[in-house]
Amino acid sequence: MAAEADIGQAPGKPPIWNDPRYRALFFQVVVLGGIIFFFVYITNNTLANLERQGIASGFGFLSRTAGFDISMHLIDWDEEMTYGRAFTVSVINTLLVSFLGIVFATLLGFVMGVARLSRNWLIAKLSAVYIETFRNIPLLLQIFFWYFGVLRNLPESVRESVNVFDLAFLNRRGLFVPSPQAEPAFWVVIVLFFGGIVASIFLARWAKQRQEATGQYFPVLSTSAGLILGVPILAFIVLGFPINWDVPELGRFNFSGGAELIPEFVALLLALSVYTASFIAEIVRAGILSVSHGQTEAAFALGLRPNWTLRLIIIPQALRVIIPPLTSQYLNLTKNSSLAAAIAYPDLILVFAGTVLMQTGQAVEVIAMAMAVYLTISLLISALMNWYNKKIALVER
Amino acid sequence: MKGLKIVTVGAVLAFAASGAANAATLDDVKRKGFVQCGVSQGLPGFSNPDEKGNWAGIDVDVCRGMAAAIFGDAKKVKYTPLSAKERFTALQSGEVDVLPRNTTWTLVRDTALGLDFTTINFYDGQGFMVRKALGVKAATELDGASVCVQIGTTTELNLSDFFRANNISFKPVVFEKADEVVAAYDAGRCDVYTTDRSGLAAQRTKMKNPDEHLVLPEVISKEPLGPVVRHGDNNWGDIVRWTLYAMLEAEELGVDSKNVDKMKDSKNPNIRRLLGVEGEMGKNLGLPNDWAFNIVKQVGNYGESYERNVGPNTPIALARGVNKLWKDGGLMYPMPVR
Repeated sequence: MAAEADIGQAPGKPPIWNDPRYRALFFQVVVLGGIIFFFVYITNNTLANLERQGIASGFGFLSRTAGFDISMHLIDWDEEMTYGRAFTVSVINTLLVSFLGIVFATLLGFVMGVARLSRNWLIAKLSAVYIETFRNIPLLLQIFFWYFGVLRNLPESVRESVNVFDLAFLNRRGLFVPSPQAEPAFWVVIVLFFGGIVASIFLARWAKQRQEATGQYFPVLSTSAGLILGVPILAFIVLGFPINWDVPELGRFNFSGGAELIPEFVALLLALSVYTASFIAEIVRAGILSVSHGQTEAAFALGLRPNWTLRLIIIPQALRVIIPPLTSQYLNLTKNSSLAAAIAYPDLILVFAGTVLMQTGQAVEVIAMAMAVYLTISLLISALMNWYNKKIALVER
Repeated sequence: MKGLKIVTVGAVLAFAASGAANAATLDDVKRKGFVQCGVSQGLPGFSNPDEKGNWAGIDVDVCRGMAAAIFGDAKKVKYTPLSAKERFTALQSGEVDVLPRNTTWTLVRDTALGLDFTTINFYDGQGFMVRKALGVKAATELDGASVCVQIGTTTELNLSDFFRANNISFKPVVFEKADEVVAAYDAGRCDVYTTDRSGLAAQRTKMKNPDEHLVLPEVISKEPLGPVVRHGDNNWGDIVRWTLYAMLEAEELGVDSKNVDKMKDSKNPNIRRLLGVEGEMGKNLGLPNDWAFNIVKQVGNYGESYERNVGPNTPIALARGVNKLWKDGGLMYPMPVR
C-alpha cells in the first residue's frame, strides 16, 4: 500500500485523472459522444414525430412525376419528369447565376477598386459614389429595382420590342437573341480551342524553365491568346462559318425560336454582380494599398518597367491580402442568389424548396437537401480559393 | 420569414416530446384566451386588413365565429398572415390553431401533410385574366403566352395540366407572394394572370386600371376552399366544422344577426335547438350551450357574411352562384343540428 502510494505521487507521474493529456482526451471523447447523441436523438425524435403526426417522410417522392413547368431550364424539362429532375434543373440554375455572378462581380470589382485609386479625380470620385451607393442599399431592394424599376421602362407590347437588325429583340418578356446551331465541321474549331489551352500550359512551363536557366524572357501571354483564340477563329473562317443561326420569330404572344434570356435571370444577375462588386472593389483597394510604396521604388531602382512592377511586385503581394476576404464575398454571392424567389427566377429555393416542398409537403427532407446543396457549393468554393491562396502565399525559404 | 417558419417546424418536430402535439387544441385555446387564426397576406373579401388594421373577410368570419362559439366574444382572435408556401408548415408546427386561408381541399393535402380539412366555406374554380387589348376570347387561344402564378398552390399544377391537356405551350413566371404576382402581371411581365376566380375578382380591385382586364369564361378546375386543422384532434375539427354548419343552418332557418334575439322565442324546434333554448348541442362540442346564438349574433349567418365580404354590393362583386344554399340550387348543405 505504502509503496504504491509512493509511486503514484512520485514527481513527473501524476495520477491519470490529473494528467493533462488523458484529461484532454477524456473531455474530447465526452464532447464527441454528446454531439453524436444529440444528432441521433433529434433524428429519431423527428422521425417519430413525423410518423405520429401522419406526415409523409422518406425520399421516395424524388421519383414521382412533378406536373409543373419551369420557366428556365438548361437541361431538358417537361411536366412529366420527376421531382428529382426538377431538383437537378433548379440546382443548375442556382449554379449558373452564382458562377456568372462571381465572374462579373470580380471583373467589375477589380476595375472599380483600381479606379478608386486613380489619380484622375473624376474617375476616383465616380468609383467612390458607385461603391458607397450599392454597398449600402439592401440587396433585396436592389433586386426589386432591377426587376420592377428597369422592367417597367422596356416596351410592353412584343410588337414594339427594341429591334436590333431583326436579329435580337428586347421587351418586358426578356431578351431574344439568335441561337447558334453547330454544323458538323464545327468540331474542328472546338478541338483547336482546347488544343490551344493545352499548348499554352506547356508553353508557359517551357518559358519559365528557359527564363530560369538563361534569363531570356518569352511573351507567354500574347502567344497563348493567339493559340487559344486566334487559331480557332482562323479555322472558323477557313471552314466557311460552319454555324447556323436560329433567329427568333414573332408569334401571337411572343417570340419563338432562338435563345431567350428571361428578365428574372438578368435582373438577379445584375443585382448580385453590382452589389457584390462594390464590396470586392473595397477589398481590391485595401489589397493594393497594403503593398508599401517602398516596394515600387525598390522595383524601379532595380530597373523594372512600370507594368512589370505591377505584375511581378505589386499584384502578387496584394493578392495575398485580397484572396481570403474575396472568398467570403464569393460565398455571400452564392448564398444571396437564394433571394431569386422574390422575383420568380427558378432557382433551388423557388423550385425545390418552394413548389416541390408545397406539392409534396415533405419540408424536412426538402430543406435538408437544399441546405446540403448550398453547403456543398460553399465548401467547394472555399476549397478552391484556399488552394489558390496557398499557391500564391509567401514562400519562405 | 419563411425560413424562420420552416426552421420552427423543424425544431418543433425535432424536440417536441412525444404526445405534446396531440393535446386538445380546445384546452390550449381556452387557456391562452384567443384563437390563433392563419389567414392570407391580404386577399380582399377573404382575409384582408382594413385601414384600421382590423381583419375582415369570409375566411376571417370562420375564426370570429369560432371565438364567438368558444368565448362568447368574436373579437378574441389573433391573426397570422401566411403566404401560400408557409401556411401548412405554420399549422403543422402549432403556430396557428386553424387555417381558413382560401385553401383547396385535395387528397395529398388531406393525407400526406398530417392535416385534416373540415368542411367547405367557398366553392371556387380556377380562371384566367388577360388584358382586353389582347383580343383573346378563350383560354385555348393562349398558346405561347407568359402566365404569372403564385407558388405552392393547386393553381400552379392545374395550369400545367390545362395546357398539357390542350396540347398548347406556355411560359410560367412563378412568384412567392400574391402581391408580387399581381405587380408583375400589372407591370406587363405576363399576358395572363391565373388563380381562383374569386381571387381574380379580388386582386383586380388592386390593379392600376381594373377596367383594362377581362376574366376569360373557362373554369379549368374545382377549387373547394375550406378551413384546415391538424390531424388527430377530432374535437377541434368538430368545432370548426359545426361553426360553419351553424352559420349555414341559421341562414336556412331564416335566423340572422338582427332577429336572433327574437328567434329565441320561436316555436320551431330546429331554431330552438340551434340557439340552445332546447337540448344540449353545445355541451356535445365542449362549448357553452349558447354557442350558435353567439355566432349568429356577433358574426351573422353565412348569407350575411357572404354579402358583407364578397357579395354583389362589395367591390369584389361575386354573384352567389354555387355557393347558394342547397334549397336555392347551390352546393351549401349544412348537416342537421340535432
